[in-house]
Amino acid sequence: MADKKATRHGFYDGLVNLARKHHDIYAVDADLGSATGSAIFQKEFPDRYIDVGIAEQNLVGISAGLARVGLVPFCSSMAVFVAGRGFEIIRNAVAYSRINVKIVGSHTGITAAGDGGSHQAIVDLAAMRAIPNMVVLSPCDYFQAAKMAELMYAHQGPMYIRTSREPVEAVTSLDDEIVLGKAQQLCDGKDVCIIATGMMTVLAIEAAKALHEEGIEAKVVNIHTIKPLDAIGIKEAVLSCKGRVVVCEEANMFGGLSEGVASILIEEDGIRFAWVAIEDRFGQSGATSVLLGAYGITKENIVRKAWSVIQR
Amino acid sequence: MNTIDRLKKKADQLRMDTLDMILEAGSGHIGGSFSIADIITSLYYDVMDITGGPHDEDRDRFVLSKGHANPILYAVLLDKGFVPKDAKGTLRQFGSPFQGHPDSSVCPGIDCTTGSLGQGISVGTGMALGLKKLGKDSRVFVVAGDGELNEGLCWEAFMAASNFQLDNLTIIIDRNMLQLGGHTEDLMKLGDLKAKMESFGFAVDEIDGHDIGSIGSTLRKKYPDTPHCIIAKTIKGKGVSYMENNPSWHGGIPKGEEVAQAYKELGGTCHG
Repeated sequence: MADKKATRHGFYDGLVNLARKHHDIYAVDADLGSATGSAIFQKEFPDRYIDVGIAEQNLVGISAGLARVGLVPFCSSMAVFVAGRGFEIIRNAVAYSRINVKIVGSHTGITAAGDGGSHQAIVDLAAMRAIPNMVVLSPCDYFQAAKMAELMYAHQGPMYIRTSREPVEAVTSLDDEIVLGKAQQLCDGKDVCIIATGMMTVLAIEAAKALHEEGIEAKVVNIHTIKPLDAIGIKEAVLSCKGRVVVCEEANMFGGLSEGVASILIEEDGIRFAWVAIEDRFGQSGATSVLLGAYGITKENIVRKAWSVIQR
Repeated sequence: MNTIDRLKKKADQLRMDTLDMILEAGSGHIGGSFSIADIITSLYYDVMDITGGPHDEDRDRFVLSKGHANPILYAVLLDKGFVPKDAKGTLRQFGSPFQGHPDSSVCPGIDCTTGSLGQGISVGTGMALGLKKLGKDSRVFVVAGDGELNEGLCWEAFMAASNFQLDNLTIIIDRNMLQLGGHTEDLMKLGDLKAKMESFGFAVDEIDGHDIGSIGSTLRKKYPDTPHCIIAKTIKGKGVSYMENNPSWHGGIPKGEEVAQAYKELGGTCHG
Protein backbone atom coordinates (compact mmCIF):
# COMPACT_ATOMS: atom_id res chain seq x y z
CA MET A 1 0.00 0.00 0.00
CA ALA A 2 0.98 3.58 -0.66
CA ASP A 3 2.06 6.05 2.00
CA LYS A 4 -0.57 7.13 4.47
CA LYS A 5 -2.20 10.42 3.57
CA ALA A 6 -5.14 12.33 5.05
CA THR A 7 -8.43 12.90 3.25
CA ARG A 8 -8.33 16.60 4.21
CA HIS A 9 -5.27 16.97 1.99
CA GLY A 10 -6.61 14.70 -0.73
CA PHE A 11 -9.67 16.84 -1.12
CA TYR A 12 -7.79 20.13 -1.51
CA ASP A 13 -5.19 18.59 -3.82
CA GLY A 14 -8.12 17.55 -6.00
CA LEU A 15 -9.79 20.93 -5.75
CA VAL A 16 -6.63 22.88 -6.64
CA ASN A 17 -6.22 20.70 -9.70
CA LEU A 18 -9.82 21.33 -10.70
CA ALA A 19 -9.61 25.07 -10.00
CA ARG A 20 -6.91 25.40 -12.65
CA LYS A 21 -9.57 24.60 -15.23
CA HIS A 22 -12.63 26.17 -13.59
CA HIS A 23 -12.21 29.81 -12.62
CA ASP A 24 -15.54 30.05 -10.76
CA ILE A 25 -14.23 27.81 -7.96
CA TYR A 26 -13.57 29.73 -4.72
CA ALA A 27 -12.31 28.49 -1.37
CA VAL A 28 -13.64 30.16 1.78
CA ASP A 29 -12.25 29.42 5.23
CA ALA A 30 -12.57 30.67 8.79
CA ASP A 31 -8.94 31.12 9.82
CA LEU A 32 -8.23 27.40 9.79
CA GLY A 33 -6.76 26.94 6.33
CA SER A 34 -3.64 25.27 7.65
CA ALA A 35 -5.81 22.74 9.51
CA THR A 36 -8.59 22.10 7.00
CA GLY A 37 -6.14 21.79 4.13
CA SER A 38 -7.43 24.81 2.19
CA ALA A 39 -4.13 26.68 2.64
CA ILE A 40 -2.79 24.97 -0.48
CA PHE A 41 -5.63 26.58 -2.46
CA GLN A 42 -4.78 29.98 -1.00
CA LYS A 43 -1.18 29.56 -2.09
CA GLU A 44 -2.06 28.93 -5.73
CA PHE A 45 -5.19 31.10 -6.02
CA PRO A 46 -4.89 33.96 -3.51
CA ASP A 47 -7.51 36.01 -5.39
CA ARG A 48 -10.03 33.18 -5.17
CA TYR A 49 -9.44 32.46 -1.51
CA ILE A 50 -11.57 34.27 1.06
CA ASP A 51 -10.79 34.12 4.76
CA VAL A 52 -13.71 35.41 6.83
CA GLY A 53 -11.86 35.15 10.13
CA ILE A 54 -13.05 33.10 13.08
CA ALA A 55 -16.74 33.31 12.18
CA GLU A 56 -18.34 30.07 11.01
CA GLN A 57 -21.84 31.50 10.69
CA ASN A 58 -20.58 34.21 8.37
CA LEU A 59 -18.44 31.61 6.59
CA VAL A 60 -21.61 29.89 5.44
CA GLY A 61 -23.57 33.12 4.84
CA ILE A 62 -20.81 34.70 2.73
CA SER A 63 -20.51 31.45 0.76
CA ALA A 64 -24.25 31.45 0.09
CA GLY A 65 -23.89 34.99 -1.25
CA LEU A 66 -21.00 34.02 -3.53
CA ALA A 67 -23.06 31.11 -4.86
CA ARG A 68 -26.07 33.35 -5.41
CA VAL A 69 -24.12 35.48 -7.87
CA GLY A 70 -22.84 32.44 -9.77
CA LEU A 71 -19.56 31.42 -8.13
CA VAL A 72 -18.92 27.92 -6.74
CA PRO A 73 -17.69 28.30 -3.16
CA PHE A 74 -16.15 25.47 -1.14
CA CYS A 75 -16.30 26.63 2.48
CA SER A 76 -14.35 24.87 5.15
CA SER A 77 -13.68 24.73 8.82
CA MET A 78 -13.31 21.97 11.33
CA ALA A 79 -16.50 19.95 11.01
CA VAL A 80 -17.42 20.52 14.62
CA PHE A 81 -17.67 24.26 13.92
CA VAL A 82 -18.95 24.49 10.35
CA ALA A 83 -21.60 21.79 10.74
CA GLY A 84 -22.37 22.80 14.32
CA ARG A 85 -22.18 26.56 14.60
CA GLY A 86 -22.94 26.93 10.89
CA PHE A 87 -25.89 24.56 11.00
CA GLU A 88 -28.71 27.08 11.05
CA ILE A 89 -27.26 29.08 8.17
CA ILE A 90 -26.65 25.87 6.21
CA ARG A 91 -30.28 24.91 6.81
CA ASN A 92 -31.95 28.18 5.84
CA ALA A 93 -29.56 30.12 3.61
CA VAL A 94 -28.14 27.14 1.71
CA ALA A 95 -30.20 23.95 1.73
CA TYR A 96 -33.73 25.36 1.90
CA SER A 97 -33.44 27.02 -1.51
CA ARG A 98 -30.87 24.52 -2.92
CA ILE A 99 -28.02 27.03 -3.13
CA ASN A 100 -24.83 25.69 -4.70
CA VAL A 101 -22.57 25.81 -1.65
CA LYS A 102 -20.08 23.02 -0.93
CA ILE A 103 -19.26 22.57 2.73
CA VAL A 104 -16.02 20.92 3.79
CA GLY A 105 -15.82 19.69 7.39
CA SER A 106 -12.40 18.50 8.49
CA HIS A 107 -11.12 16.85 11.70
CA THR A 108 -14.11 14.55 11.95
CA GLY A 109 -14.58 11.84 14.54
CA ILE A 110 -12.27 11.39 17.50
CA THR A 111 -9.10 11.32 15.41
CA ALA A 112 -8.88 15.07 15.96
CA ALA A 113 -7.24 13.42 18.99
CA GLY A 114 -5.14 15.86 20.99
CA ASP A 115 -7.58 18.77 20.70
CA GLY A 116 -10.13 16.91 22.82
CA GLY A 117 -13.90 16.65 22.86
CA SER A 118 -14.50 20.33 22.06
CA HIS A 119 -12.96 19.82 18.62
CA GLN A 120 -14.07 16.30 17.75
CA ALA A 121 -17.00 16.20 15.33
CA ILE A 122 -19.19 13.25 16.21
CA VAL A 123 -22.61 14.66 15.30
CA ASP A 124 -21.85 16.25 11.92
CA LEU A 125 -23.07 13.25 9.92
CA ALA A 126 -26.38 13.16 11.78
CA ALA A 127 -26.80 16.93 11.53
CA MET A 128 -26.06 17.20 7.81
CA ARG A 129 -27.99 14.05 6.94
CA ALA A 130 -31.09 15.47 8.65
CA ILE A 131 -31.29 18.48 6.29
CA PRO A 132 -33.49 18.09 3.18
CA ASN A 133 -31.74 18.77 -0.18
CA MET A 134 -28.32 18.06 1.37
CA VAL A 135 -25.93 15.53 -0.18
CA VAL A 136 -23.45 14.08 2.32
CA LEU A 137 -20.09 12.61 1.28
CA SER A 138 -17.52 10.73 3.32
CA PRO A 139 -14.40 9.63 1.39
CA CYS A 140 -12.42 6.66 2.68
CA ASP A 141 -8.93 7.71 1.62
CA TYR A 142 -6.76 10.37 0.01
CA PHE A 143 -7.56 9.40 -3.59
CA GLN A 144 -11.28 9.15 -3.07
CA ALA A 145 -11.26 12.57 -1.38
CA ALA A 146 -9.28 14.00 -4.32
CA LYS A 147 -11.74 12.62 -6.83
CA MET A 148 -14.69 13.94 -4.89
CA ALA A 149 -13.73 17.55 -5.67
CA GLU A 150 -14.70 16.90 -9.28
CA LEU A 151 -17.90 15.12 -8.33
CA MET A 152 -18.91 18.01 -6.07
CA TYR A 153 -18.18 20.63 -8.72
CA ALA A 154 -20.25 18.73 -11.28
CA HIS A 155 -23.25 18.44 -8.96
CA GLN A 156 -25.53 21.48 -8.74
CA GLY A 157 -26.75 22.00 -5.17
CA PRO A 158 -25.70 21.89 -1.53
CA MET A 159 -23.19 19.26 -0.44
CA TYR A 160 -21.26 18.39 2.67
CA ILE A 161 -17.97 16.47 2.62
CA ARG A 162 -16.47 14.99 5.76
CA THR A 163 -12.67 14.78 5.87
CA SER A 164 -10.24 13.51 8.48
CA ARG A 165 -7.07 14.77 10.06
CA GLU A 166 -5.43 11.40 10.46
CA PRO A 167 -3.47 9.94 7.52
CA VAL A 168 -4.79 6.54 6.41
CA GLU A 169 -3.64 3.93 3.94
CA ALA A 170 -5.08 4.15 0.45
CA VAL A 171 -7.60 1.46 -0.41
CA THR A 172 -8.78 3.03 -3.68
CA SER A 173 -6.96 4.66 -6.56
CA LEU A 174 -7.57 7.61 -8.87
CA ASP A 175 -8.73 5.08 -11.49
CA ASP A 176 -11.61 3.87 -9.31
CA GLU A 177 -14.84 5.45 -10.43
CA ILE A 178 -17.04 7.07 -7.78
CA VAL A 179 -20.73 7.14 -8.57
CA LEU A 180 -22.74 9.52 -6.38
CA GLY A 181 -25.13 7.54 -4.19
CA LYS A 182 -23.67 4.13 -5.02
CA ALA A 183 -22.19 1.76 -2.47
CA GLN A 184 -18.72 0.56 -3.42
CA GLN A 185 -17.75 -3.05 -2.80
CA LEU A 186 -14.05 -3.36 -1.95
CA CYS A 187 -13.86 -7.03 -0.83
CA ASP A 188 -16.18 -9.85 -1.76
CA GLY A 189 -17.51 -12.35 0.77
CA LYS A 190 -20.66 -14.25 1.72
CA ASP A 191 -20.54 -14.78 5.49
CA VAL A 192 -20.88 -11.26 6.82
CA CYS A 193 -21.18 -7.78 5.28
CA ILE A 194 -19.07 -5.01 6.78
CA ILE A 195 -20.36 -1.60 5.76
CA ALA A 196 -17.99 1.27 6.53
CA THR A 197 -17.35 4.90 5.76
CA GLY A 198 -14.44 7.33 6.03
CA MET A 199 -11.35 6.16 7.89
CA MET A 200 -13.32 3.08 9.10
CA THR A 201 -13.12 1.54 5.64
CA VAL A 202 -9.42 0.73 5.92
CA LEU A 203 -10.11 -0.83 9.33
CA ALA A 204 -12.96 -2.83 7.78
CA ILE A 205 -10.60 -4.22 5.15
CA GLU A 206 -8.06 -5.15 7.83
CA ALA A 207 -10.86 -6.82 9.80
CA ALA A 208 -11.91 -8.77 6.71
CA LYS A 209 -8.34 -10.04 6.35
CA ALA A 210 -8.29 -11.13 9.99
CA LEU A 211 -11.66 -12.85 9.58
CA HIS A 212 -10.34 -14.64 6.51
CA GLU A 213 -7.61 -16.15 8.70
CA GLU A 214 -10.42 -17.39 10.94
CA GLY A 215 -12.28 -18.98 8.04
CA ILE A 216 -14.86 -16.22 7.54
CA GLU A 217 -15.35 -14.50 4.17
CA ALA A 218 -16.41 -10.91 4.79
CA LYS A 219 -17.77 -8.59 2.15
CA VAL A 220 -16.59 -4.99 2.63
CA VAL A 221 -18.76 -2.20 1.29
CA ASN A 222 -17.49 1.37 1.36
CA ILE A 223 -20.17 4.06 1.66
CA HIS A 224 -18.75 7.28 0.23
CA THR A 225 -22.20 8.81 -0.15
CA ILE A 226 -23.98 8.92 3.20
CA LYS A 227 -26.91 10.71 1.59
CA PRO A 228 -28.54 9.68 -0.65
CA LEU A 229 -27.79 6.27 0.80
CA ASP A 230 -27.73 3.38 -1.69
CA ALA A 231 -30.73 1.42 -0.41
CA ILE A 232 -30.70 -1.12 -3.24
CA GLY A 233 -26.94 -1.75 -3.09
CA ILE A 234 -26.91 -2.07 0.69
CA LYS A 235 -29.88 -4.42 0.73
CA GLU A 236 -28.34 -6.65 -1.95
CA ALA A 237 -24.97 -6.74 -0.20
CA VAL A 238 -26.42 -7.63 3.20
CA LEU A 239 -28.87 -10.20 1.87
CA SER A 240 -26.03 -11.89 -0.05
CA CYS A 241 -24.31 -12.34 3.35
CA LYS A 242 -27.18 -14.17 5.07
CA GLY A 243 -28.51 -10.90 6.50
CA ARG A 244 -25.43 -10.45 8.70
CA VAL A 245 -24.17 -6.88 8.82
CA VAL A 246 -21.74 -4.76 10.83
CA VAL A 247 -21.83 -1.01 10.19
CA CYS A 248 -18.73 1.05 11.04
CA GLU A 249 -18.50 4.82 11.39
CA GLU A 250 -16.31 7.23 13.29
CA ALA A 251 -19.30 9.18 14.55
CA ASN A 252 -21.92 9.04 17.24
CA MET A 253 -24.16 5.99 16.96
CA PHE A 254 -27.28 8.12 16.49
CA GLY A 255 -28.36 9.61 13.19
CA GLY A 256 -25.37 8.64 11.08
CA LEU A 257 -24.60 5.73 8.78
CA SER A 258 -25.60 3.01 11.27
CA GLU A 259 -29.14 4.23 11.66
CA GLY A 260 -29.32 4.92 7.94
CA VAL A 261 -28.43 1.31 7.12
CA ALA A 262 -30.76 0.02 9.85
CA SER A 263 -33.66 1.97 8.37
CA ILE A 264 -33.00 0.42 4.95
CA LEU A 265 -32.96 -3.11 6.42
CA ILE A 266 -35.79 -2.72 8.91
CA GLU A 267 -38.39 -4.47 6.78
CA GLU A 268 -36.17 -7.40 5.78
CA ASP A 269 -36.43 -10.75 7.52
CA GLY A 270 -33.52 -12.40 9.29
CA ILE A 271 -31.26 -9.37 9.67
CA ARG A 272 -28.50 -9.66 12.27
CA PHE A 273 -27.17 -6.17 12.87
CA ALA A 274 -24.28 -4.74 14.85
CA TRP A 275 -22.43 -1.48 14.74
CA VAL A 276 -19.05 -0.07 15.54
CA ALA A 277 -19.50 3.59 16.36
CA ILE A 278 -19.04 6.04 19.20
CA GLU A 279 -21.47 4.98 21.86
CA ASP A 280 -23.20 8.25 22.67
CA ARG A 281 -20.45 9.97 24.58
CA PHE A 282 -18.15 12.89 23.90
CA GLY A 283 -14.54 12.45 22.93
CA GLN A 284 -11.51 13.58 24.88
CA SER A 285 -7.80 14.23 24.43
CA GLY A 286 -5.34 11.42 23.99
CA ALA A 287 -2.96 9.79 21.57
CA THR A 288 -4.92 8.70 18.49
CA SER A 289 -4.25 4.99 18.99
CA VAL A 290 -5.20 5.18 22.67
CA LEU A 291 -8.44 7.03 21.88
CA LEU A 292 -9.43 4.65 19.11
CA GLY A 293 -8.92 1.73 21.46
CA ALA A 294 -10.86 3.37 24.29
CA TYR A 295 -13.81 4.12 22.01
CA GLY A 296 -13.83 0.74 20.28
CA ILE A 297 -12.90 2.17 16.88
CA THR A 298 -10.62 -0.76 16.05
CA LYS A 299 -10.13 -3.63 13.69
CA GLU A 300 -10.46 -5.98 16.67
CA ASN A 301 -13.87 -4.59 17.59
CA ILE A 302 -15.08 -4.98 14.01
CA VAL A 303 -13.94 -8.63 14.07
CA ARG A 304 -15.66 -9.17 17.42
CA LYS A 305 -18.91 -7.61 16.17
CA ALA A 306 -18.72 -9.71 13.00
CA TRP A 307 -18.51 -12.88 15.05
CA SER A 308 -21.41 -11.68 17.22
CA VAL A 309 -23.72 -11.44 14.22
CA ILE A 310 -22.45 -14.73 12.77
CA GLN A 311 -23.07 -16.59 16.03
CA ARG A 312 -26.37 -14.91 16.89
CA MET B 1 -47.15 64.49 -11.00
CA ASN B 2 -43.50 64.89 -9.97
CA THR B 3 -41.29 61.98 -9.03
CA ILE B 4 -41.71 62.40 -5.27
CA ASP B 5 -45.50 62.47 -5.49
CA ARG B 6 -45.51 59.51 -7.85
CA LEU B 7 -43.35 57.49 -5.42
CA LYS B 8 -45.49 58.49 -2.43
CA LYS B 9 -48.60 57.32 -4.26
CA LYS B 10 -46.87 54.08 -5.20
CA ALA B 11 -45.85 53.43 -1.59
CA ASP B 12 -49.43 53.79 -0.38
CA GLN B 13 -50.70 51.59 -3.20
CA LEU B 14 -48.18 48.93 -2.14
CA ARG B 15 -49.34 49.30 1.48
CA MET B 16 -52.92 48.67 0.34
CA ASP B 17 -51.88 45.67 -1.77
CA THR B 18 -50.08 44.36 1.31
CA LEU B 19 -53.18 44.83 3.41
CA ASP B 20 -55.24 43.00 0.77
CA MET B 21 -52.91 40.03 0.92
CA ILE B 22 -52.64 39.86 4.70
CA LEU B 23 -56.41 40.17 5.17
CA GLU B 24 -56.93 37.37 2.66
CA ALA B 25 -54.32 35.19 4.36
CA GLY B 26 -55.55 36.00 7.85
CA SER B 27 -51.94 36.37 9.03
CA GLY B 28 -48.77 38.26 8.14
CA HIS B 29 -46.68 41.15 9.42
CA ILE B 30 -48.31 44.51 8.68
CA GLY B 31 -46.29 46.71 11.06
CA GLY B 32 -42.87 45.87 9.67
CA SER B 33 -44.12 45.86 6.08
CA PHE B 34 -45.51 49.39 6.42
CA SER B 35 -42.39 50.76 8.10
CA ILE B 36 -40.26 49.82 5.06
CA ALA B 37 -42.87 50.66 2.39
CA ASP B 38 -41.26 53.97 1.46
CA ILE B 39 -37.75 52.49 1.43
CA ILE B 40 -38.73 49.57 -0.76
CA THR B 41 -40.63 51.88 -3.11
CA SER B 42 -37.60 54.11 -3.49
CA LEU B 43 -35.40 51.08 -4.19
CA TYR B 44 -37.63 49.34 -6.73
CA TYR B 45 -39.14 52.38 -8.47
CA ASP B 46 -36.27 54.85 -8.38
CA VAL B 47 -32.81 53.62 -7.40
CA MET B 48 -32.16 49.97 -8.26
CA ASP B 49 -31.20 48.91 -11.79
CA ILE B 50 -33.47 45.97 -12.53
CA THR B 51 -34.30 46.92 -16.08
CA GLY B 52 -33.03 43.54 -17.30
CA GLY B 53 -35.57 41.71 -15.15
CA PRO B 54 -35.25 39.45 -12.12
CA HIS B 55 -32.79 37.02 -13.73
CA ASP B 56 -30.37 39.48 -15.35
CA GLU B 57 -26.89 38.73 -14.00
CA ASP B 58 -25.98 42.42 -14.07
CA ARG B 59 -28.99 43.62 -12.06
CA ASP B 60 -28.78 45.24 -8.65
CA ARG B 61 -29.77 42.85 -5.85
CA PHE B 62 -32.20 43.27 -2.99
CA VAL B 63 -32.13 41.27 0.24
CA LEU B 64 -34.97 41.53 2.72
CA SER B 65 -33.09 40.34 5.76
CA LYS B 66 -36.11 41.07 7.95
CA GLY B 67 -37.95 38.43 5.97
CA HIS B 68 -41.19 38.72 7.90
CA ALA B 69 -41.88 42.02 6.13
CA ASN B 70 -42.18 40.16 2.83
CA PRO B 71 -45.82 41.00 2.02
CA ILE B 72 -44.68 44.48 0.94
CA LEU B 73 -41.96 42.88 -1.23
CA TYR B 74 -44.52 40.51 -2.75
CA ALA B 75 -46.66 43.56 -3.55
CA VAL B 76 -43.69 44.98 -5.48
CA LEU B 77 -43.02 41.73 -7.35
CA LEU B 78 -46.68 41.54 -8.37
CA ASP B 79 -46.72 45.15 -9.47
CA LYS B 80 -43.51 44.64 -11.49
CA GLY B 81 -44.98 41.57 -13.16
CA PHE B 82 -42.17 39.31 -11.89
CA VAL B 83 -44.85 37.06 -10.37
CA PRO B 84 -48.20 36.27 -12.06
CA LYS B 85 -51.13 38.38 -10.83
CA ASP B 86 -53.10 35.36 -9.67
CA ALA B 87 -50.53 34.75 -6.93
CA LYS B 88 -51.90 37.77 -5.06
CA GLY B 89 -54.55 35.86 -3.14
CA THR B 90 -52.22 33.01 -2.16
CA LEU B 91 -50.08 34.54 0.60
CA ARG B 92 -49.11 31.85 3.12
CA GLN B 93 -51.16 29.23 1.29
CA PHE B 94 -50.03 25.72 0.42
CA GLY B 95 -48.03 25.67 -2.81
CA SER B 96 -47.85 29.46 -3.07
CA PRO B 97 -44.78 31.36 -4.31
CA PHE B 98 -45.66 33.73 -1.46
CA GLN B 99 -44.42 31.66 1.46
CA GLY B 100 -44.67 33.12 4.95
CA HIS B 101 -41.03 34.18 4.60
CA PRO B 102 -39.20 34.66 1.27
CA ASP B 103 -37.98 31.51 -0.51
CA SER B 104 -36.11 32.24 -3.74
CA SER B 105 -36.61 28.70 -5.02
CA VAL B 106 -40.36 29.20 -5.44
CA CYS B 107 -40.71 32.96 -5.96
CA PRO B 108 -39.20 34.76 -8.98
CA GLY B 109 -37.66 38.10 -8.06
CA ILE B 110 -36.58 37.05 -4.57
CA ASP B 111 -32.81 37.49 -4.64
CA CYS B 112 -32.22 35.83 -1.28
CA THR B 113 -34.08 33.40 0.94
CA THR B 114 -34.39 34.79 4.44
CA GLY B 115 -36.69 34.34 7.43
CA SER B 116 -34.06 33.38 9.95
CA LEU B 117 -32.94 36.77 11.19
CA GLY B 118 -29.41 37.98 10.65
CA GLN B 119 -28.71 35.71 7.71
CA GLY B 120 -29.69 38.12 4.93
CA ILE B 121 -27.02 40.58 6.04
CA SER B 122 -24.39 37.85 5.81
CA VAL B 123 -25.58 36.48 2.46
CA GLY B 124 -25.95 40.01 1.07
CA THR B 125 -22.34 40.69 2.07
CA GLY B 126 -21.29 37.54 0.22
CA MET B 127 -23.25 38.65 -2.84
CA ALA B 128 -21.53 42.04 -2.82
CA LEU B 129 -18.13 40.37 -2.48
CA GLY B 130 -18.93 37.92 -5.28
CA LEU B 131 -20.11 40.68 -7.62
CA LYS B 132 -16.85 42.52 -7.04
CA LYS B 133 -14.85 39.36 -7.70
CA LEU B 134 -16.79 39.01 -10.96
CA GLY B 135 -15.94 42.59 -11.88
CA LYS B 136 -19.58 43.69 -12.01
CA ASP B 137 -20.89 47.13 -11.11
CA SER B 138 -24.09 45.77 -9.55
CA ARG B 139 -25.01 46.99 -6.09
CA VAL B 140 -26.54 45.03 -3.22
CA PHE B 141 -29.16 46.60 -0.97
CA VAL B 142 -30.07 44.88 2.28
CA VAL B 143 -32.99 45.93 4.46
CA ALA B 144 -32.54 44.76 8.04
CA GLY B 145 -34.63 45.28 11.14
CA ASP B 146 -33.25 46.99 14.21
CA GLY B 147 -34.41 44.13 16.45
CA GLU B 148 -32.65 41.78 14.03
CA LEU B 149 -29.32 43.30 15.04
CA ASN B 150 -29.56 41.29 18.28
CA GLU B 151 -28.24 38.39 16.16
CA GLY B 152 -24.45 38.05 16.41
CA LEU B 153 -24.15 37.02 12.77
CA CYS B 154 -25.01 40.59 11.69
CA TRP B 155 -21.86 41.86 13.35
CA GLU B 156 -19.70 39.13 11.84
CA ALA B 157 -20.98 40.28 8.46
CA PHE B 158 -20.47 43.98 9.22
CA MET B 159 -16.84 43.29 10.11
CA ALA B 160 -16.38 41.40 6.83
CA ALA B 161 -18.11 44.08 4.72
CA SER B 162 -15.68 46.67 5.98
CA ASN B 163 -12.68 44.33 5.80
CA PHE B 164 -13.42 43.54 2.14
CA GLN B 165 -14.12 47.24 1.36
CA LEU B 166 -17.53 46.49 -0.12
CA ASP B 167 -18.55 49.88 -1.44
CA ASN B 168 -21.24 48.14 -3.53
CA LEU B 169 -23.11 47.14 -0.36
CA THR B 170 -25.75 49.27 1.33
CA ILE B 171 -27.34 48.11 4.59
CA ILE B 172 -30.59 49.92 5.37
CA ILE B 173 -31.58 49.52 9.00
CA ASP B 174 -35.31 49.90 9.58
CA ARG B 175 -35.00 51.75 12.89
CA ASN B 176 -38.60 51.55 14.06
CA MET B 177 -37.50 50.96 17.68
CA LEU B 178 -39.89 48.05 18.13
CA GLN B 179 -39.46 44.32 18.09
CA LEU B 180 -41.87 41.53 18.96
CA GLY B 181 -41.37 41.77 22.70
CA GLY B 182 -41.46 45.56 22.95
CA HIS B 183 -39.16 48.57 22.62
CA THR B 184 -35.69 47.77 21.25
CA GLU B 185 -33.96 49.86 23.90
CA ASP B 186 -35.81 48.09 26.73
CA LEU B 187 -35.41 44.58 25.40
CA MET B 188 -31.80 44.59 24.20
CA LYS B 189 -30.51 48.09 23.76
CA LEU B 190 -28.67 49.02 20.60
CA GLY B 191 -27.65 52.37 22.07
CA ASP B 192 -25.79 54.67 19.71
CA LEU B 193 -26.31 52.66 16.55
CA LYS B 194 -24.61 55.24 14.34
CA ALA B 195 -21.45 55.09 16.44
CA LYS B 196 -21.58 51.30 16.48
CA MET B 197 -21.85 51.07 12.70
CA GLU B 198 -19.12 53.68 12.19
CA SER B 199 -16.85 51.77 14.53
CA PHE B 200 -17.46 48.70 12.35
CA GLY B 201 -16.13 50.64 9.38
CA PHE B 202 -19.34 51.82 7.68
CA ALA B 203 -20.13 55.22 6.24
CA VAL B 204 -23.37 55.99 8.05
CA ASP B 205 -26.26 58.27 7.09
CA GLU B 206 -29.27 58.81 9.31
CA ILE B 207 -32.49 59.71 7.55
CA ASP B 208 -36.24 59.92 7.96
CA GLY B 209 -37.27 56.56 6.53
CA HIS B 210 -40.56 57.98 5.27
CA ASP B 211 -39.11 61.01 3.45
CA ILE B 212 -39.03 59.45 0.03
CA GLY B 213 -36.91 62.25 -1.43
CA SER B 214 -34.07 61.89 1.05
CA ILE B 215 -34.31 58.09 0.91
CA GLY B 216 -33.54 58.19 -2.82
CA SER B 217 -30.72 60.71 -2.62
CA THR B 218 -29.11 58.83 0.29
CA LEU B 219 -29.42 55.45 -1.43
CA ARG B 220 -27.58 56.90 -4.43
CA LYS B 221 -24.58 57.90 -2.33
CA LYS B 222 -21.42 55.87 -2.70
CA TYR B 223 -18.41 55.98 -0.43
CA PRO B 224 -15.20 54.67 -2.03
CA ASP B 225 -13.93 51.40 -0.53
CA THR B 226 -16.43 51.65 2.32
CA PRO B 227 -19.74 49.89 2.87
CA HIS B 228 -22.71 52.17 3.39
CA CYS B 229 -25.21 52.01 6.24
CA ILE B 230 -28.42 53.98 6.24
CA ILE B 231 -30.19 54.20 9.57
CA ALA B 232 -33.75 54.89 8.48
CA LYS B 233 -35.86 56.22 11.32
CA THR B 234 -39.23 54.73 10.69
CA ILE B 235 -42.60 54.23 12.30
CA LYS B 236 -43.83 50.69 12.62
CA GLY B 237 -47.26 50.51 10.98
CA LYS B 238 -46.63 53.84 9.16
CA GLY B 239 -49.61 55.03 7.16
CA VAL B 240 -52.43 53.81 9.38
CA SER B 241 -52.77 55.99 12.49
CA TYR B 242 -53.97 53.36 14.94
CA MET B 243 -51.16 50.98 13.94
CA GLU B 244 -48.34 53.49 14.18
CA ASN B 245 -45.81 52.79 16.93
CA ASN B 246 -47.99 50.08 18.43
CA PRO B 247 -46.15 46.76 18.84
CA SER B 248 -49.43 44.82 18.75
CA TRP B 249 -49.45 45.46 14.96
CA HIS B 250 -46.21 43.47 14.55
CA GLY B 251 -48.40 40.54 13.57
CA GLY B 252 -51.93 41.76 14.34
CA ILE B 253 -54.76 41.67 11.76
CA PRO B 254 -57.32 44.50 11.53
CA LYS B 255 -60.99 43.63 11.88
CA GLY B 256 -64.32 45.30 11.14
CA GLU B 257 -64.13 49.10 11.25
CA GLU B 258 -60.34 48.96 11.48
CA VAL B 259 -60.18 47.60 7.94
CA ALA B 260 -62.20 50.41 6.38
CA GLN B 261 -60.24 53.01 8.34
CA ALA B 262 -56.93 51.57 7.20
CA TYR B 263 -57.84 51.76 3.50
CA LYS B 264 -59.30 55.22 3.97
CA GLU B 265 -56.15 56.57 5.58
CA LEU B 266 -54.03 55.07 2.81
CA GLY B 267 -56.11 56.98 0.29
CA GLY B 268 -58.11 54.17 -1.19
CA THR B 269 -61.12 51.99 -0.64
CA CYS B 270 -61.28 48.40 0.44
CA HIS B 271 -60.46 46.35 -2.66
CA GLY B 272 -59.25 43.19 -0.92
